[in-house]
Amino acid sequence: MDLFFTMLVPCLMLAVATAALFRRVDVWSGITDGARAGLKVSLNIMPPLIGLLTAVYMLRASGALELLRDALSPALTAIGIPPETVPLLLVRPVSGSAALGVGAELIQTYGPDSLVGRTAAVMLGSTETTFYTVAVYFGAAKIARTRYAVPAALCADAAGFLAASWAVRLIFGG
Amino acid sequence: MAMSVIWTVMVGAAVLCGLATGNGPAVARGALDGAAAGVELSLSTMGVMCLWTGVMEVMRRCGIAGGLSRLLRPVLRRLYPGYAGDRRVMDAVSANLSANLLGLGNAATPLGLEAARLMAEGSGGTASDGLCMLVVCNTASLQLIPTTVASVRAAAGSADPFDILPAVWLASVVSVAVGIAAAKLLSKVWR
Repeated sequence: MDLFFTMLVPCLMLAVATAALFRRVDVWSGITDGARAGLKVSLNIMPPLIGLLTAVYMLRASGALELLRDALSPALTAIGIPPETVPLLLVRPVSGSAALGVGAELIQTYGPDSLVGRTAAVMLGSTETTFYTVAVYFGAAKIARTRYAVPAALCADAAGFLAASWAVRLIFGG
Repeated sequence: MAMSVIWTVMVGAAVLCGLATGNGPAVARGALDGAAAGVELSLSTMGVMCLWTGVMEVMRRCGIAGGLSRLLRPVLRRLYPGYAGDRRVMDAVSANLSANLLGLGNAATPLGLEAARLMAEGSGGTASDGLCMLVVCNTASLQLIPTTVASVRAAAGSADPFDILPAVWLASVVSVAVGIAAAKLLSKVWR
Protein backbone atom coordinates (compact mmCIF):
# COMPACT_ATOMS: atom_id res chain seq x y z
CA MET A 1 0.00 0.00 0.00
CA ASP A 2 2.74 2.45 0.98
CA LEU A 3 4.82 1.67 -2.10
CA PHE A 4 1.75 2.18 -4.28
CA PHE A 5 1.27 5.75 -3.01
CA THR A 6 4.98 6.52 -3.18
CA MET A 7 5.19 5.39 -6.79
CA LEU A 8 1.93 7.06 -7.89
CA VAL A 9 3.58 10.34 -8.91
CA PRO A 10 6.57 8.92 -10.85
CA CYS A 11 4.31 6.40 -12.61
CA LEU A 12 1.84 9.14 -13.59
CA MET A 13 4.69 11.18 -15.05
CA LEU A 14 5.92 8.18 -17.02
CA ALA A 15 2.42 7.37 -18.28
CA VAL A 16 1.82 10.92 -19.48
CA ALA A 17 5.22 11.13 -21.21
CA THR A 18 4.79 7.75 -22.93
CA ALA A 19 1.26 8.54 -24.11
CA ALA A 20 2.47 11.90 -25.45
CA LEU A 21 5.41 10.34 -27.32
CA PHE A 22 3.11 7.84 -29.00
CA ARG A 23 0.98 10.72 -30.20
CA ARG A 24 4.08 12.46 -31.54
CA VAL A 25 3.85 15.31 -29.03
CA ASP A 26 7.08 17.13 -28.12
CA VAL A 27 7.26 16.11 -24.45
CA TRP A 28 10.36 18.15 -23.65
CA SER A 29 9.09 21.50 -24.90
CA GLY A 30 5.76 20.82 -23.16
CA ILE A 31 7.54 20.26 -19.84
CA THR A 32 9.72 23.35 -20.21
CA ASP A 33 6.98 25.66 -21.54
CA GLY A 34 4.69 24.54 -18.72
CA ALA A 35 7.42 25.02 -16.12
CA ARG A 36 8.01 28.55 -17.41
CA ALA A 37 4.33 29.33 -16.76
CA GLY A 38 4.61 27.71 -13.33
CA LEU A 39 7.49 30.02 -12.44
CA LYS A 40 5.22 33.00 -12.95
CA VAL A 41 2.50 31.41 -10.79
CA SER A 42 5.04 30.81 -7.99
CA LEU A 43 6.04 34.46 -8.03
CA ASN A 44 2.40 35.57 -8.02
CA ILE A 45 1.59 33.57 -4.88
CA MET A 46 4.64 34.76 -2.96
CA PRO A 47 3.21 38.17 -1.88
CA PRO A 48 -0.07 36.73 -0.50
CA LEU A 49 1.88 33.99 1.29
CA ILE A 50 4.20 36.52 2.96
CA GLY A 51 1.17 38.48 4.16
CA LEU A 52 -0.74 35.44 5.38
CA LEU A 53 2.13 33.71 7.17
CA THR A 54 3.16 36.94 8.92
CA ALA A 55 -0.31 37.21 10.45
CA VAL A 56 -0.47 33.47 11.23
CA TYR A 57 2.89 33.46 13.02
CA MET A 58 1.97 36.56 15.02
CA LEU A 59 -1.35 35.01 16.01
CA ARG A 60 0.25 31.74 17.07
CA ALA A 61 2.87 33.53 19.17
CA SER A 62 0.32 35.77 20.91
CA GLY A 63 -1.59 33.07 22.75
CA ALA A 64 -4.85 34.24 21.17
CA LEU A 65 -5.65 30.74 19.93
CA GLU A 66 -5.52 29.38 23.48
CA LEU A 67 -7.89 32.10 24.71
CA LEU A 68 -10.25 31.37 21.83
CA ARG A 69 -10.07 27.66 22.59
CA ASP A 70 -11.11 28.20 26.22
CA ALA A 71 -13.94 30.49 25.14
CA LEU A 72 -15.29 28.11 22.51
CA SER A 73 -14.93 24.75 24.28
CA PRO A 74 -18.30 24.68 26.11
CA ALA A 75 -20.33 25.52 23.01
CA LEU A 76 -18.47 23.01 20.82
CA THR A 77 -18.78 20.25 23.42
CA ALA A 78 -22.53 20.86 23.47
CA ILE A 79 -22.86 20.11 19.74
CA GLY A 80 -20.74 16.94 19.94
CA ILE A 81 -17.21 18.10 19.08
CA PRO A 82 -14.67 16.67 21.57
CA PRO A 83 -13.17 19.65 23.46
CA GLU A 84 -9.64 18.20 23.10
CA THR A 85 -9.84 18.77 19.32
CA VAL A 86 -10.60 22.50 19.62
CA PRO A 87 -6.96 23.62 19.10
CA LEU A 88 -6.87 21.53 15.92
CA LEU A 89 -10.07 23.05 14.62
CA LEU A 90 -8.72 26.56 15.23
CA VAL A 91 -5.38 26.14 13.43
CA ARG A 92 -6.72 23.95 10.60
CA PRO A 93 -7.94 26.82 8.37
CA VAL A 94 -4.76 28.90 8.84
CA SER A 95 -1.79 26.56 8.79
CA GLY A 96 -1.50 23.08 7.29
CA SER A 97 1.81 22.18 8.99
CA ALA A 98 0.66 23.49 12.39
CA ALA A 99 -2.58 21.52 12.06
CA LEU A 100 -0.69 18.34 11.24
CA GLY A 101 1.53 18.97 14.28
CA VAL A 102 -1.42 19.56 16.61
CA GLY A 103 -3.28 16.57 15.15
CA ALA A 104 -0.28 14.24 15.43
CA GLU A 105 0.15 15.28 19.06
CA LEU A 106 -3.52 14.52 19.83
CA ILE A 107 -3.18 11.14 18.11
CA GLN A 108 -0.03 10.37 20.13
CA THR A 109 -1.41 11.59 23.45
CA TYR A 110 -4.87 10.00 23.34
CA GLY A 111 -3.94 7.00 21.18
CA PRO A 112 -4.67 6.54 17.45
CA ASP A 113 -7.65 4.27 18.13
CA SER A 114 -9.31 6.49 20.77
CA LEU A 115 -12.31 8.72 20.14
CA VAL A 116 -10.18 11.89 20.28
CA GLY A 117 -7.39 10.37 18.17
CA ARG A 118 -9.79 9.17 15.49
CA THR A 119 -11.75 12.43 15.45
CA ALA A 120 -8.52 14.39 15.02
CA ALA A 121 -7.45 12.11 12.16
CA VAL A 122 -10.81 12.40 10.40
CA MET A 123 -10.80 16.19 10.81
CA LEU A 124 -7.34 16.36 9.24
CA GLY A 125 -8.35 14.03 6.42
CA SER A 126 -11.59 15.76 5.51
CA THR A 127 -10.64 19.46 5.56
CA GLU A 128 -8.05 21.74 3.95
CA THR A 129 -6.05 24.84 4.89
CA THR A 130 -8.81 27.26 3.89
CA PHE A 131 -7.11 30.64 4.30
CA TYR A 132 -3.97 29.41 2.54
CA THR A 133 -6.07 28.22 -0.40
CA VAL A 134 -8.07 31.46 -0.54
CA ALA A 135 -4.95 33.65 -0.36
CA VAL A 136 -3.05 31.64 -2.96
CA TYR A 137 -5.89 31.21 -5.48
CA PHE A 138 -7.04 34.83 -5.43
CA GLY A 139 -3.42 35.99 -5.35
CA ALA A 140 -2.55 33.99 -8.46
CA ALA A 141 -5.70 35.23 -10.22
CA LYS A 142 -5.08 38.84 -9.04
CA ILE A 143 -8.60 39.11 -7.63
CA ALA A 144 -9.36 41.76 -4.99
CA ARG A 145 -13.14 41.32 -4.60
CA THR A 146 -13.58 37.75 -3.42
CA ARG A 147 -17.37 38.08 -2.81
CA TYR A 148 -18.81 35.10 -0.94
CA ALA A 149 -15.86 32.69 -1.35
CA VAL A 150 -14.58 32.98 2.25
CA PRO A 151 -17.94 32.62 4.05
CA ALA A 152 -18.91 29.66 1.83
CA ALA A 153 -15.52 27.98 2.44
CA LEU A 154 -15.84 28.48 6.20
CA CYS A 155 -19.34 26.93 6.10
CA ALA A 156 -17.74 23.88 4.45
CA ASP A 157 -15.05 23.75 7.19
CA ALA A 158 -17.57 24.00 10.03
CA ALA A 159 -19.69 21.28 8.43
CA GLY A 160 -16.58 19.13 7.99
CA PHE A 161 -15.54 19.42 11.67
CA LEU A 162 -19.04 18.64 12.89
CA ALA A 163 -19.48 15.76 10.46
CA ALA A 164 -16.06 14.36 11.46
CA SER A 165 -17.05 14.31 15.15
CA TRP A 166 -20.43 12.77 14.42
CA ALA A 167 -19.12 10.24 11.90
CA VAL A 168 -16.52 8.90 14.36
CA ARG A 169 -19.16 8.53 17.10
CA LEU A 170 -21.56 6.91 14.65
CA ILE A 171 -19.07 4.40 13.19
CA PHE A 172 -16.91 3.60 16.22
CA GLY A 173 -19.37 4.36 19.02
CA GLY A 174 -18.56 6.36 22.15
CA MET B 1 -12.13 42.70 0.83
CA ALA B 2 -12.67 39.56 2.87
CA MET B 3 -8.95 38.94 3.15
CA SER B 4 -8.31 42.55 4.19
CA VAL B 5 -10.72 42.20 7.10
CA ILE B 6 -9.41 38.76 8.09
CA TRP B 7 -5.80 39.93 7.96
CA THR B 8 -6.51 43.03 10.06
CA VAL B 9 -8.47 40.98 12.61
CA MET B 10 -5.66 38.41 12.84
CA VAL B 11 -2.96 41.05 13.34
CA GLY B 12 -5.16 43.01 15.75
CA ALA B 13 -5.94 39.93 17.85
CA ALA B 14 -2.25 39.00 17.90
CA VAL B 15 -1.12 42.46 19.07
CA LEU B 16 -3.83 42.86 21.73
CA CYS B 17 -3.44 39.30 23.05
CA GLY B 18 0.33 39.56 22.96
CA LEU B 19 0.21 42.73 25.07
CA ALA B 20 -2.37 41.30 27.48
CA THR B 21 -0.59 37.98 28.04
CA GLY B 22 2.96 39.28 28.03
CA ASN B 23 3.74 37.60 24.73
CA GLY B 24 4.43 40.92 22.99
CA PRO B 25 8.08 40.18 22.12
CA ALA B 26 7.10 36.76 20.74
CA VAL B 27 4.48 38.43 18.52
CA ALA B 28 7.08 40.86 17.20
CA ARG B 29 9.44 37.98 16.43
CA GLY B 30 6.54 36.05 14.87
CA ALA B 31 5.97 38.85 12.36
CA LEU B 32 9.56 38.62 11.12
CA ASP B 33 9.62 34.80 11.13
CA GLY B 34 6.27 34.63 9.32
CA ALA B 35 7.37 36.95 6.53
CA ALA B 36 10.51 34.88 6.02
CA ALA B 37 8.45 31.67 6.10
CA GLY B 38 6.23 33.03 3.30
CA VAL B 39 9.25 33.44 1.04
CA GLU B 40 10.66 30.05 2.03
CA LEU B 41 7.35 28.29 1.42
CA SER B 42 6.83 29.74 -2.05
CA LEU B 43 10.46 29.09 -3.02
CA SER B 44 10.41 25.54 -1.68
CA THR B 45 7.23 24.72 -3.61
CA MET B 46 8.43 26.42 -6.80
CA GLY B 47 10.07 23.29 -8.23
CA VAL B 48 7.05 21.04 -7.71
CA MET B 49 4.78 23.79 -9.02
CA CYS B 50 6.79 24.04 -12.25
CA LEU B 51 6.99 20.26 -12.59
CA TRP B 52 3.20 19.94 -12.51
CA THR B 53 2.43 22.87 -14.78
CA GLY B 54 4.90 21.19 -17.16
CA VAL B 55 3.18 17.79 -16.92
CA MET B 56 -0.18 19.55 -17.37
CA GLU B 57 1.08 21.23 -20.54
CA VAL B 58 2.11 17.84 -21.96
CA MET B 59 -1.27 16.37 -20.93
CA ARG B 60 -3.01 19.19 -22.78
CA ARG B 61 -0.93 18.88 -25.94
CA CYS B 62 -1.44 15.13 -26.24
CA GLY B 63 -5.15 15.15 -25.48
CA ILE B 64 -5.18 13.47 -22.05
CA ALA B 65 -6.47 16.67 -20.45
CA GLY B 66 -9.32 16.80 -22.98
CA GLY B 67 -10.20 13.16 -22.25
CA LEU B 68 -10.34 13.85 -18.51
CA SER B 69 -12.55 16.87 -19.14
CA ARG B 70 -15.00 14.84 -21.20
CA LEU B 71 -15.14 12.22 -18.44
CA LEU B 72 -15.84 14.76 -15.68
CA ARG B 73 -17.97 17.06 -17.83
CA PRO B 74 -21.39 15.97 -16.49
CA VAL B 75 -20.34 17.04 -12.97
CA LEU B 76 -18.27 20.08 -13.87
CA ARG B 77 -20.90 21.53 -16.23
CA ARG B 78 -23.28 21.87 -13.28
CA LEU B 79 -20.64 23.24 -10.90
CA TYR B 80 -19.23 25.76 -13.37
CA PRO B 81 -22.08 26.68 -15.73
CA GLY B 82 -20.36 29.95 -16.66
CA TYR B 83 -17.31 28.13 -18.08
CA ALA B 84 -18.96 25.02 -19.58
CA GLY B 85 -18.01 26.24 -23.06
CA ASP B 86 -14.41 27.21 -22.26
CA ARG B 87 -12.16 24.26 -23.15
CA ARG B 88 -9.03 25.59 -21.46
CA VAL B 89 -10.77 26.29 -18.15
CA MET B 90 -12.55 22.92 -18.22
CA ASP B 91 -9.28 21.06 -18.93
CA ALA B 92 -7.52 22.73 -16.00
CA VAL B 93 -10.48 22.28 -13.63
CA SER B 94 -10.81 18.57 -14.42
CA ALA B 95 -7.06 18.01 -13.98
CA ASN B 96 -7.30 19.85 -10.63
CA LEU B 97 -10.23 17.67 -9.53
CA SER B 98 -8.48 14.45 -10.60
CA ALA B 99 -5.30 15.39 -8.71
CA ASN B 100 -7.39 16.24 -5.61
CA LEU B 101 -9.17 12.88 -5.71
CA LEU B 102 -5.83 11.05 -6.02
CA GLY B 103 -4.48 13.00 -3.07
CA LEU B 104 -1.76 14.69 -5.13
CA GLY B 105 -2.02 18.02 -3.31
CA ASN B 106 1.27 19.20 -4.81
CA ALA B 107 -0.16 18.70 -8.29
CA ALA B 108 -3.68 19.92 -7.53
CA THR B 109 -2.58 23.41 -6.45
CA PRO B 110 -0.70 24.45 -9.63
CA LEU B 111 -3.46 22.97 -11.81
CA GLY B 112 -6.13 24.77 -9.79
CA LEU B 113 -4.17 28.04 -9.91
CA GLU B 114 -4.01 27.75 -13.69
CA ALA B 115 -7.80 27.33 -13.79
CA ALA B 116 -8.16 30.33 -11.46
CA ARG B 117 -5.93 32.48 -13.66
CA LEU B 118 -7.90 31.56 -16.80
CA MET B 119 -11.23 32.20 -15.05
CA ALA B 120 -10.07 35.63 -13.89
CA GLU B 121 -9.05 36.82 -17.38
CA GLY B 122 -10.89 40.07 -18.10
CA SER B 123 -12.86 39.96 -14.86
CA GLY B 124 -11.57 43.31 -13.60
CA GLY B 125 -10.53 42.05 -10.16
CA THR B 126 -13.93 40.64 -9.14
CA ALA B 127 -14.31 36.91 -8.54
CA SER B 128 -16.81 35.20 -10.85
CA ASP B 129 -19.22 32.55 -9.54
CA GLY B 130 -17.04 29.88 -11.16
CA LEU B 131 -13.89 31.13 -9.43
CA CYS B 132 -15.65 31.25 -6.05
CA MET B 133 -16.84 27.66 -6.61
CA LEU B 134 -13.31 26.57 -7.57
CA VAL B 135 -11.90 28.08 -4.37
CA VAL B 136 -14.64 26.55 -2.20
CA CYS B 137 -14.09 23.12 -3.77
CA ASN B 138 -10.35 23.39 -3.15
CA THR B 139 -10.78 24.50 0.48
CA ALA B 140 -12.77 21.31 1.08
CA SER B 141 -10.78 18.11 0.97
CA LEU B 142 -11.70 15.73 -1.86
CA GLN B 143 -8.89 13.27 -1.20
CA LEU B 144 -10.08 9.65 -1.39
CA ILE B 145 -7.17 8.15 0.60
CA PRO B 146 -5.75 10.46 3.31
CA THR B 147 -2.24 9.00 3.22
CA THR B 148 -0.51 11.58 5.47
CA VAL B 149 -2.96 11.12 8.32
CA ALA B 150 -2.87 7.34 7.92
CA SER B 151 0.91 7.39 8.23
CA VAL B 152 0.68 9.50 11.42
CA ARG B 153 -1.77 6.94 12.86
CA ALA B 154 0.47 4.07 11.80
CA ALA B 155 3.46 5.73 13.48
CA ALA B 156 1.42 6.05 16.69
CA GLY B 157 0.74 2.31 16.65
CA SER B 158 -2.81 2.15 15.30
CA ALA B 159 -4.25 -1.36 14.88
CA ASP B 160 -5.61 -0.39 11.45
CA PRO B 161 -4.48 3.05 10.20
CA PHE B 162 -7.04 3.03 7.36
CA ASP B 163 -10.10 2.14 9.47
CA ILE B 164 -11.06 5.84 9.48
CA LEU B 165 -11.70 5.86 5.71
CA PRO B 166 -15.53 5.60 5.85
CA ALA B 167 -15.64 8.38 8.45
CA VAL B 168 -13.30 10.55 6.35
CA TRP B 169 -15.42 10.03 3.24
CA LEU B 170 -18.63 10.81 5.12
CA ALA B 171 -17.15 14.00 6.62
CA SER B 172 -15.63 15.04 3.26
CA VAL B 173 -18.91 14.55 1.40
CA VAL B 174 -20.83 16.56 4.01
CA SER B 175 -18.20 19.32 3.96
CA VAL B 176 -18.07 19.56 0.15
CA ALA B 177 -21.86 19.40 -0.18
CA VAL B 178 -22.35 22.19 2.38
CA GLY B 179 -19.65 24.29 0.68
CA ILE B 180 -21.21 23.88 -2.77
CA ALA B 181 -24.71 24.55 -1.45
CA ALA B 182 -23.50 27.67 0.40
CA ALA B 183 -21.70 28.92 -2.71
CA LYS B 184 -24.73 28.31 -4.95
CA LEU B 185 -27.07 30.03 -2.50
CA LEU B 186 -24.79 33.00 -1.85
CA SER B 187 -24.12 33.48 -5.58
CA LYS B 188 -27.77 34.51 -5.99
CA VAL B 189 -27.68 37.23 -3.34
CA TRP B 190 -23.99 38.36 -3.18
CA ARG B 191 -23.21 40.24 -6.38
